[in-house]
Amino acid sequence: MIERITHMGRRGCDLLEAVGRASIFLGQSMLGRPSAEGFSLWVAQVYAVGVLSLAIVLVSGLFIGMVLALQGYTILVGFGAEDALGQMVSLALLRELAPVVAALLFAGRAGSALTAEIGLMKATEQLTSMEMIGVDPLRRIVAPRLWAGFVSLPLLTIGFSVVGVYGGYLVGVEWLGVFEGSYWGNMQASVGFFTDIGNGVVKSIVFAIVVTWIAVFQGYDLVPTSEGISRATTRTVVYSSLAVLGLDFVLTAVMFGGLS
Amino acid sequence: MKRSKTMEFGVGLFMLAGILGLVFLGLKVSGLDLQRADDTYELRANFANIGGLKPRARVTMAGVTVGRVESIELDTEFYDAVVVMSLDSSLAGKLPDDSTAAILTSGLLGEQYIGLSVGGSPEMIAEGEAIRDTQSALVLEELIQQFVSNLTKD
Repeated sequence: MIERITHMGRRGCDLLEAVGRASIFLGQSMLGRPSAEGFSLWVAQVYAVGVLSLAIVLVSGLFIGMVLALQGYTILVGFGAEDALGQMVSLALLRELAPVVAALLFAGRAGSALTAEIGLMKATEQLTSMEMIGVDPLRRIVAPRLWAGFVSLPLLTIGFSVVGVYGGYLVGVEWLGVFEGSYWGNMQASVGFFTDIGNGVVKSIVFAIVVTWIAVFQGYDLVPTSEGISRATTRTVVYSSLAVLGLDFVLTAVMFGGLS
Repeated sequence: MKRSKTMEFGVGLFMLAGILGLVFLGLKVSGLDLQRADDTYELRANFANIGGLKPRARVTMAGVTVGRVESIELDTEFYDAVVVMSLDSSLAGKLPDDSTAAILTSGLLGEQYIGLSVGGSPEMIAEGEAIRDTQSALVLEELIQQFVSNLTKD
């Protein structure tokens, strides 16, 4: 019994310690003065993390918009309210689906790659060698990746929404024959720029910080063996997915749930 | 990773696409109006009951959208609703002062909007004044209540 409690306490202490390490890690890499070639390092990371994720995010957005329109149409047409399709598709995408699905895809496509890359650098002692020659790996390796993630995911989320709304238009208007004017008109009447688009972007910025932070920290903090890398990559995807879904509920409650 | 011209070009395009996407969402999806401030003028109208009218609802004339509802407040003096509308400035000084405003519903389940119809008076409404002749929203429950009480009277 006492052993159980001790074990639990140890796990709790480990957890707290990891959170503290992660916070110090984030603070140190964000506050460091950017080096002269920091910008070009950042550009290279935006390319790897953002531009190369564009294809999967946009294709998913298109299909999710199309599915939303198809599902929404079959339900709404029963009430004779298929004119509200545009409003349904756009609100669902802007408020929930675009930030969440883009963040989940981002965690799988870019987050795991970040963890594996930094983890392999650690396992092959590249990070240690960098410290030896007087280059701070936090500034040279970690900071550009963090900033690249923070910038890329909101942009990907916006792209997801745009393509999703267009996918809904393709299915709803072009295929199922909803009147084009009521698709866009009802959408414009019900979507607010700051309440819906703004809050969606704020959500995606929060998710970007959380997912990139988890991914980079897991890579930096792993046990430097091949098994450690595989575990850390799995943990990145699992932790960031759970964090995104949990935070999404909290953010939704604050933004749209009338708690304030 | 080496930085090359194509990579920089790709990143530039990516960021440009993101900004363009935000502009598209703003203009096309949320119907944001860039020249709202100077191209509109305000009118007020008092309604006994606004039903489900919401801020940003359309204001139409002959079915054409000519403005939006800016705000809805309760008048504590007469206990009716004051609706402030911002209308297209091309209508400024062209609405007769006996024009009417009615709260209408688009379709059976659609959103509610304000329909303006022109009167015949030679006097025009000035900016910021109120439309006097208004018609409240039809509230389905009230109609049913009246119908039922009429039935029980007979």
